[in-house]
Amino acid sequence: MRIDTRINGRDVVLEIEEGEFLARTLRRYGYLSVKEGCETGSCALCTVWLDNSPVLACATLSGRVSGHEITTIEAVAEEAGAFAEFMVAEGAEQCGFCSPGFTMTVLAMKRELKNPTDEEINHYLAGNLCRCSGYKGQLRAVRKFMGVK
Amino acid sequence: MMRHVGRKIPKIDGIALVKGAPAYTSDLDINNNALTVKLLRSPHASAEIVAIDKKQALAVPGVECILTYEDVPDTPFTLAGQSFPEPSPYDRRILDKWVRYVGDEVAIVAAVDEKTALEAIAKIQVTYNVLPPVLDPAEAIGNPVLVHRSQPHTNFDIGCVASKNIAAADTIGQGDVEAVLASCEVVVESRYRTQAQAHAMMETYRATTCFDVNNRLQVMSSTQIPFHVRRLLSRVLDIPRSRIKILKPRVGGGFGGKQTAAVEIFPAMVTVKTGKPARLVYTRNESFCCTTSRHAMELTVRLGSDRQGNIKAVDIYCLSDTGAYGEHAPTVFWVVGQKTMPLYAAAKAWRYHGHAVYTNKTPGGALRGYGATQGTFALESAINELAEKLAMDPAELRLHNLIREKECHGALCGSAPGHPARLESSSLAACIERGKELVGWQKNYPCRTSVDGTKRRGYGMAVTMQGSGIAGIDTGSVTLKLNEDGFFTLAHGASDMGQGSDTVLCQLAADVLEVELEQVVVTSFDLDTLPYDPGAYASSGAYVTGNAALRAALEMKEKMCLSAARLLEVAPDEVQYRDGRFLAAKGESLTLSELAGKLCSFAGKEQLVATGTFGGATSPPPFVAGFAEVEVDLMTGQCDVVDYVALVDCGTVLNKNLARIQVEGGIVMGIGLALYEDVRYSARGRLATGSFMEYKIPSRQDVGEIRVEFIESHEPTGPFGAKSIGEVVCNTPAPAIVQAIYNATGYRCRQLPATAEKILLAPGPGGQKQV
Repeated sequence: MRIDTRINGRDVVLEIEEGEFLARTLRRYGYLSVKEGCETGSCALCTVWLDNSPVLACATLSGRVSGHEITTIEAVAEEAGAFAEFMVAEGAEQCGFCSPGFTMTVLAMKRELKNPTDEEINHYLAGNLCRCSGYKGQLRAVRKFMGVK
Repeated sequence: MMRHVGRKIPKIDGIALVKGAPAYTSDLDINNNALTVKLLRSPHASAEIVAIDKKQALAVPGVECILTYEDVPDTPFTLAGQSFPEPSPYDRRILDKWVRYVGDEVAIVAAVDEKTALEAIAKIQVTYNVLPPVLDPAEAIGNPVLVHRSQPHTNFDIGCVASKNIAAADTIGQGDVEAVLASCEVVVESRYRTQAQAHAMMETYRATTCFDVNNRLQVMSSTQIPFHVRRLLSRVLDIPRSRIKILKPRVGGGFGGKQTAAVEIFPAMVTVKTGKPARLVYTRNESFCCTTSRHAMELTVRLGSDRQGNIKAVDIYCLSDTGAYGEHAPTVFWVVGQKTMPLYAAAKAWRYHGHAVYTNKTPGGALRGYGATQGTFALESAINELAEKLAMDPAELRLHNLIREKECHGALCGSAPGHPARLESSSLAACIERGKELVGWQKNYPCRTSVDGTKRRGYGMAVTMQGSGIAGIDTGSVTLKLNEDGFFTLAHGASDMGQGSDTVLCQLAADVLEVELEQVVVTSFDLDTLPYDPGAYASSGAYVTGNAALRAALEMKEKMCLSAARLLEVAPDEVQYRDGRFLAAKGESLTLSELAGKLCSFAGKEQLVATGTFGGATSPPPFVAGFAEVEVDLMTGQCDVVDYVALVDCGTVLNKNLARIQVEGGIVMGIGLALYEDVRYSARGRLATGSFMEYKIPSRQDVGEIRVEFIESHEPTGPFGAKSIGEVVCNTPAPAIVQAIYNATGYRCRQLPATAEKILLAPGPGGQKQV
């Protein structure tokens, strides 16, 4: 089946399988920053933006993004790079496999929250799992990136 | 002059990884023609395969091949990634007529895509003779039901007796423990259970295979052990190692899981059979159910002391559940003793003994801590119980009895009979003192009650040690090459999986070579170009491979000075190297880039390459003193670790950022072990925690304050005085948190995890009910 959608600012036509989820489709089309870590919508490695809001690509049917706009980290490289500087300054990326999805959630949070508390940050990012870092270094990086006072 | 060591240096691959650059196996494996491999798995915990009918499955369009035990080599082997000769028993085959746990592989299916492969799997008809399983490790020894019907090959005696379901057994010790215990004024005896824990690394297991342009079997794998994978595949597939090419991209976490070659053999088998590229990516469910987990253990600890708190005897009996196969069964079992017995060196009588037993469950395996985590929970819990019995501060009891620098202990890794290894570096006592200050131990211990009386805060502590590499066995190498304008390529096989060994090894080399970090580039991807290294395990990166990097860099410096002397036409001893410049006694000089340029010119004609190799005669232990402050909701049993303080002795801290993150990540993994992570099974042996819905790992909302401080000792055998950091950090949370819960509620949890249910259902303060 064929859908018209917009990915990273470009109109595209995607050929998708019946019942295919967006994470698979995006990887098939070469958006390799999108990682898959579970089959249950539990880890948020696959976070991308659908119309500028973070969604789990593994739980979004590709057929439903027809007519909508998808953003992966490739399209926000500059802002992601700015956040990445804070992440690596803390060593908080470690294996890095959860980082792109995590970063997409962080960038969305920055648009929504001003001067958040630690609780608000942790609440917003709660769905993004990481097994390496223990989260504290990520929190330090996020605080600095958000300019938390 | 250290310029890079000890600083906060970002991981060299960090920015690219955060920005989502393609770097992992599934990103680089973009061959659209690769067959998708899926595995048919046993639905039974124990069964004999009577017949397999694959006719209907083969008729599915797009199915390339279906392999069963009749189609693959019958060579017994172990998936454990260990230096040859591996201690683990050769108790498995690629596919077997007997299946030994729910999830054991029955058939390999390769098809044009995933959907087709799954359709074919559903159409394979298997007739099983279902057998009763043995699931409880306590009932394994001597059970008439056997997990393995024949005695597996072992490379040396590990005490394996398959006819009794014993995978490994051992006893080590010193003195007459029974006699000393009998004479002790105070004896504590307690039995503890540690649960199986899942690695839950974010990138599931995966490998992709093909024949390369030179007709070699190429295997790209998310692995911690590329050299062991090559050896294993060569043996099992009967292909010379020279005909196998291994590629190791970035690895999305491993934690020891990828120290077992869980997946490589299956796509490799398909490629060998079909000549075609093949790809296998484990689902999260397969990663949980069909790889390995931390060995569940039952540990009986006996401690004897006098009334003043002088510990006289330590005895630990360990029953380790290795599940259906003995991957890492003997070694994890040994490490329990190696990393606990030396701690209380004051005890002159000590014994560690027990068994690792087979059961019809998901195999045990290597997981960060590798037995030390389990042993530490038991020993440190017992020490806390002893302190209470003696009415002593548990910190004081430890300070009074712990091993000190320059003391010897026969259980330290690297000891030989009659020649106990010596502890060269430890700041553990200082770690304990500082930890007490940070948590306000004198004021707060053991507990305090909240204003409204519904919550209570408790405090607890524990100490631990690990090792740095495997003494007398593991040997790593680093090769440095001087490139034509004066930068260096550092090649190593230590297999960075996120901990940062690529970066730390460059730091070490750059310091010795007196160059900027950017002048050392790393290559660690293609085994053909790398010197031998066992891989990323046993906390060996910084110490074993780090020492190799140091030696390689020193040799490179020497070689460069010789070459500079030749080009400057002076005697070798007249040349000095400093900060990228070679100075001759009479004032002539060459910069590093001039030297490099000349050496690759017609005039110079010399390619400089230097290799350093290191294997430790000892395995210097890093130490941690961990202090937990928990808040228990007395109405719900909910326990929050509000503050965790870790004081760490890893010798010289090579990279402050990466070391700190290792500590924080290890503590959080330990908190998960302490409070809720638990691999559970149904009554018939089906793993019941096969997703992140059922197996909870800590989220960022579960983690309170974590405070980390390093108190550096100087390890004389370590690179710049360094010891390891990767594993030791996950050992203290369980015993410290359990003690804190006890101090808050009176409930002493001897069977991990200490869930809210257990805490709530235990009687109130002073109850001390065992759940």
